[in-house]
Amino acid sequence: MELTVLVIKSLVILAVFGITLLIATYSTYAERKVAAFLQDRIGPNRAGPFGLLQPIADAGKMFFKEDFIPAQANKWLFILGPCLAMLTALMSSAVIPFGDSIRYGSFEVPVQGIDVNVGVLYVFGVVSLGVYGVMIGGWASNNKFSLLGAIRAASQNISYEVALGLSIIAILMMTGSLSLRHIVNEQNGFFQWNVFTQPLGFVIFLTCAFAECNRTPFDLPECETELVGGYHTEYSSMKLGFYLFAEYINMFTSSAIISTLYFGGFQYPFMHQVHDALVDSLGSTVGHNIATGIGTAVLFGKIFFFIFFFMWVRWTIPRFRFDQLMNLGWKTLIPLSILNVVLTGAGLLFDKFKYATWLIVIVMIIMAATNAIKAPRRKPVTVPQL
Amino acid sequence: MTLAERMYLPAILGGLGITIRHFFMKKPTIQYPEVKRYLGPIFRGHHVLKRDEQGRERCTACGLCAVACPAEAISMVAAERKKGEEALYREEKYAAVYEINMLRCIFCGLCEEACPKQAVYLRHDRMVPVFTERDQVIYGKDRLVEKLDDRYIRNNPDAQATPTEPTLSRSVG
Repeated sequence: MELTVLVIKSLVILAVFGITLLIATYSTYAERKVAAFLQDRIGPNRAGPFGLLQPIADAGKMFFKEDFIPAQANKWLFILGPCLAMLTALMSSAVIPFGDSIRYGSFEVPVQGIDVNVGVLYVFGVVSLGVYGVMIGGWASNNKFSLLGAIRAASQNISYEVALGLSIIAILMMTGSLSLRHIVNEQNGFFQWNVFTQPLGFVIFLTCAFAECNRTPFDLPECETELVGGYHTEYSSMKLGFYLFAEYINMFTSSAIISTLYFGGFQYPFMHQVHDALVDSLGSTVGHNIATGIGTAVLFGKIFFFIFFFMWVRWTIPRFRFDQLMNLGWKTLIPLSILNVVLTGAGLLFDKFKYATWLIVIVMIIMAATNAIKAPRRKPVTVPQL
Repeated sequence: MTLAERMYLPAILGGLGITIRHFFMKKPTIQYPEVKRYLGPIFRGHHVLKRDEQGRERCTACGLCAVACPAEAISMVAAERKKGEEALYREEKYAAVYEINMLRCIFCGLCEEACPKQAVYLRHDRMVPVFTERDQVIYGKDRLVEKLDDRYIRNNPDAQATPTEPTLSRSVG
């Protein structure tokens, strides 16, 4: 590999790493701001203009707190837990294609950490490793509540991984490739985006992504009333900070993966026309690079929307009970995603028709509508006038 | 639950609609230390020992406020007015020391009601500032007696006209 390519590649990887951390940092701020705005409050506004230095203040507070390791805890595993959570969270953004490619002289470097041809499998492997961080941390704390919280987190993550994987299979069948870049390139054209070809798969994937990130309405691993705190009950200082931070990094990567898999990644309507116009006016190097930059900006716009959506949902929906969570995962999402796979396969076999899963959506809407019409009307409660 | 209800999604979308409406609503927050609400003309805040129109202290150290005080926050030492002090004290007897313990005071306003000379008032436009040291807690006459250049008028027409009062945002100390 040429030195220039190596340099550009390492710059891209560093940039991806840095941007992931930066976005995760400011997600904590955004979370508090969004929460405040959704609840008619203003949110943090004391540290710096608009409270923009709040994440730094929070991190400073975290660092200066006492780093406590319980006497009966397994010391090394106790330290390993948050490290593993952080590591796995950071690893998965490596395969996401953030843009088309950067041209430099005769080289063409894709804006992506590593372009492995099993990108989806890599993401899944890393995401499943994330359970270890939680499980090891909870077990090493030597606290029954931590262990219970960790078990809850692990069982939740494992159950929802099944549906998550199944919902993607339909996309893999349509694309015929595991490479995320290939999946993105396949979605050229607005109505080729997988959210239009796979509406049901998208809903299932989104739900499972919420569950995988331990976000509301599936934030059961953390619970004050039942579990004292959750798997990180015994953690303090920056170890706790790592766990919380890993959650935000996971949120960013899952938003990125949702945008990549279902919303066309760095593709946007009339991308090729814009690209050609830029190449014509600015030359094949500069024009191409600027077009790549626009694509990357569009992808980040999608990612930010989904991060906002995560927060929006968090402050809208109350959490599920644990049995409801398991029922939803095993009895609803997994059968639905299998049905989704079967229908997509049938559609593909029958004349490469990609929009077959709309059938499920239409049937569901019709069933719901007829059910709603047939259901006995509740008598409106009359409030006595005082 | 009907099937439509069990699909959750319509209800969730409805809920998201409600919350996003709140996202764009005007926030009722008042930026407290910078902006303060007008608390009304009968708010009971900082104590003041009034002077009369000629600038003489009204307090005659009768002790009724101390008796009325349910928190026993007020203590005083009485003294007799000497010759030549008529411009300072209105009555023949006056309070040489008048102290209010702000840690004990509950701002009930009973001292105000008990006072026969209309000497002690709880200002409606000023709060007792936050204290961090114990020796800041006991307010003597130096901090209680009304300053001649800063007379307190209960029926301040400006105060009623403005929602946030300029005197409240000024630092007191």
